[in-house]
Amino acid sequence: MDDALRDLYQQTILEHGRKPHNFGRLDPHSHAAKGSNPMCGDRVVVTLTVDGGRVADIRFEGRGCAISQASASIMTDLVKGRPLDEVRTLLDAFTAMATTGETPGGGLAEDDREAIRLMSGIHAFPMRVKCATLGWRTLEAALDNQSQTTTEAQPGKQEAAR
Amino acid sequence: MSADAALKTPLAFDPLKVRAEFPILAREVYGKPLVYLDNAASAQKPEAVLEALRRGYAEEYANVHRGLHFLSNRSTERYEAARASIARFLNAERAEEIIFTSGSTDALNLVASSWAEPRIKAGDEIVLTILEHHSNIVPWHYLRERHGAVLKWAPIHDDGSLDMEAFEKLLTDRTKLVAITHMSNALGTILPAKELIAMAHARGIPVLLDGSQGAVHLRPDVRDLDVDFYAITGHKLYGPSGIGALYAKREHLDAMRPYRGGGEMIREVTMETVTYADPPHRFEAGTPPIVQAIGLGAALDWMMALDWPAAQAHEADLIAYAHERFGQFNWLHPLGTTAEKGAILSFTMDGAHPHDISTFIDRQGVAVRAGHHCAQPLMDRYDVPATTRASFALYNTREDVDRLMDALLKCRELFA
Repeated sequence: MDDALRDLYQQTILEHGRKPHNFGRLDPHSHAAKGSNPMCGDRVVVTLTVDGGRVADIRFEGRGCAISQASASIMTDLVKGRPLDEVRTLLDAFTAMATTGETPGGGLAEDDREAIRLMSGIHAFPMRVKCATLGWRTLEAALDNQSQTTTEAQPGKQEAAR
Repeated sequence: MSADAALKTPLAFDPLKVRAEFPILAREVYGKPLVYLDNAASAQKPEAVLEALRRGYAEEYANVHRGLHFLSNRSTERYEAARASIARFLNAERAEEIIFTSGSTDALNLVASSWAEPRIKAGDEIVLTILEHHSNIVPWHYLRERHGAVLKWAPIHDDGSLDMEAFEKLLTDRTKLVAITHMSNALGTILPAKELIAMAHARGIPVLLDGSQGAVHLRPDVRDLDVDFYAITGHKLYGPSGIGALYAKREHLDAMRPYRGGGEMIREVTMETVTYADPPHRFEAGTPPIVQAIGLGAALDWMMALDWPAAQAHEADLIAYAHERFGQFNWLHPLGTTAEKGAILSFTMDGAHPHDISTFIDRQGVAVRAGHHCAQPLMDRYDVPATTRASFALYNTREDVDRLMDALLKCRELFA
């Protein structure tokens, strides 16, 4: 197995992929969104409850590759209990990492940076970046009160009307 | 590999000789020899096609049907000779029944727009199968959205074969068209086209076949099939991308309105009126992909020069061998196991998602496709989000199947 593959499919990621954390549906919830990757058919549903400006609880469900499942699983671990401004910072940091391969330093605690860096191997696989960002984009849509999004939508913009 | 003695490839077709005609197959990826098994998405090109493209641009290039000079005449001759090659390949009665399009998607849209749209009223039905590629679904959804057409879906059995009884029941006096694939791109299922066409014709319903895969593997004979419309695409037929064709019976073409407006498709244009050229030019507005058309002609000439029964036996051997190897492992699950199938093997694997499989085995040099294969209704039918698909061409060998299996075994180690 070559290094790029080894970086991508680290043991931690494989474990998250096999047994994702916070898997399922949160009911009742305050925010929810469906995300899909039209290129490959992967779908994810994120449900969460925001209470007092914090993500009180969050779950995700869906079917997809090891990368999309692990990324969503790691995401739920990371954002649970966090204030919304920190969640937005993590979201931006993850998106930047997935597209550039670099983890931005500013405003991130060392633990957060490490958690996000876990998935930095994705940068060597441009065709798979959307697998890694699907869960995060769906969380973003839920926080923006959009009921659905796709990996083809522009960040921060609603999916165009048909 | 022991039980393969009964599946010997006939000598009249030598896959290694064919393979040597495809320069790209000699290259490596990630330091490994390439095993190219994504042929249903697009096939590689033989020297004969590459040379036709080179000559088309380097020696014989000018616009077609317009100039009166030497090169324009030459390029027009080559372009029309390519049309004649397509007609020969499909056994059409006349070259005028062949319309150049940008591919099968364009050919299917042409039928939807020029033939079907003016004839469809609200409540009229179009019969498809659950096997269709999105390119033979979405143009009909347009007619549903815009004109109230009703789409009827013929189901399949679990082995991927068409439910013939259910199909026949869908044919009613409201059915205006049957638009179905000749061979499924996702499962490899070959439809009994001749029988289905006879059923439809018995009720006066015309039939369109999407031959995107069928033309590659089945050497269709449009007159024997008695099919009304047949769509093909060049890049899957060992030819260039950006070119394809629609075969349509002359009686349909004569009755069809133009597709796109522009140069080349007119008889006369005044400020007040326009009259249109006869088929096929009525449907070919603007400067066509000239050299691509010539390249497609070269690809079909190349295919027609092969010992076709022997070539088909080779593909049959490949798919039989692949199924045999897959059958050795209970963690591999082929989709589409009917005996009536071509050289395409779609599968799922316990513990690993198709995307992860594809990314992983790519690094072993094995190129396959993972995803929904633009056949989402079919994926829903099997309740899978995606499959991994190995699709074979004339230049593939049993060794390619073995390399695929080796890569899958390594993949299994990581994900199981």
